Amino acid sequence: MAIEVRIPTILRTFTDGAKAVDAKGATLEELIGDLDSRHPGLKDRLVDKGALRRFVNVYLNDEDVRFLGGLETPVADGDTVTVLPAVAGGSR
Amino acid sequence: MRFDSLIDSVGRTPLVGLPRLSPSQDVRIWAKLEDRNPTGSIKDRPALWMIEQAEKDGLLRPGCTILEPTSGNTGISLAMSARLKGYRLICVMPENTSDERRQLLRMWGAEIISSPAAGGSNEAVRVAKGLAAENPEWVMLYQYGNPANWRSHYESTGPEILEDLPSVTHFVAGLGTTGTLMGVGRFLRERVPDVKIVAAEPRYGELVYGLRNVDEGFIPELYDPDVLTTRYSVSSGDALRRTRELLSTEGIFAGVSTGAALHGALGMATKAVKAGERADIVFVVADGGWKYLSTGAYEGTLDEAEERLEGQLWA
Repeated sequence: MAIEVRIPTILRTFTDGAKAVDAKGATLEELIGDLDSRHPGLKDRLVDKGALRRFVNVYLNDEDVRFLGGLETPVADGDTVTVLPAVAGGSR
Repeated sequence: MRFDSLIDSVGRTPLVGLPRLSPSQDVRIWAKLEDRNPTGSIKDRPALWMIEQAEKDGLLRPGCTILEPTSGNTGISLAMSARLKGYRLICVMPENTSDERRQLLRMWGAEIISSPAAGGSNEAVRVAKGLAAENPEWVMLYQYGNPANWRSHYESTGPEILEDLPSVTHFVAGLGTTGTLMGVGRFLRERVPDVKIVAAEPRYGELVYGLRNVDEGFIPELYDPDVLTTRYSVSSGDALRRTRELLSTEGIFAGVSTGAALHGALGMATKAVKAGERADIVFVVADGGWKYLSTGAYEGTLDEAEERLEGQLWA
């Protein structure tokens, strides 16, 4: 089993248009490194100076990794990682 | 229960267990039924608190006009209070909110100004701020930045939960104005060691976000990330699936944003089970499903319902 990574439209140029790709790793950082080895350039769009870029949100099983452990967040087989452009906002 | 008037009956809503959706005896999930408020949503609390604070501050006098950016529930709550207290109400709402909400607002006597769908609630806020600047005599209560919003939950929702469930370990609610999470969160943090405050925010399709510039993301003035333990981002599909699950397994007919909160509650429940920890997880049923019937959320397959919901604001 691998970890499914869902890619937003804006970054699918790196994945040949694929909405979701599989990747491996014990932490989010390793996972992104593994992704970049097969989809070069993706890491640079997600990470800047060792941290997640400001306008990128990454969710582990729908939970914002900034509240979990950032790039050091542990990930495991069967997890789903979702990458989204950041849009904050109220909705009421 | 007896009250002097409808306004006096706001709050004191039931907290009900979900024996079928709770994973075990040690990890239990509870629903705070905010649809049992006078106009059918949790917004009756902040609406009343904001109006009464403005009255105390001398900003609101009978005959005054209230202006508010709202995608529905807050407007409906304000419309009810405004009618009973003799104020005129103008609501600014995105044009892609459900028809029931518009009808309800008009029924209680509110006037509606539409803002472009593409900008969502953020655009409604911008339009309302512009109108307020042009009409200085109007009173904008501004739920996104009015401390009376979070105080309503600090003084009513929070104490009710702790009284009914002293063993509470988690509180989960939708993230909109952030008032519910800030108010209940602060109240519980002062009284319950290690309580977890969990936000569930809607993740809309790209039709809703498409024309937005991500750099312009709007963060409500009330928001303080330090109150939160974690944040869930819930897709329309997951919110719909959980809304239907709540209805089919526990009999609770709730709006779609409640499905998102339940998704977060179940996520935290799974983590508690894995960690071998006991948990009493309270989540908010913000409103009933009535106002969303026309969206088709409850009919046909999930995929069909999700497609129909595409481009609509459901929280």
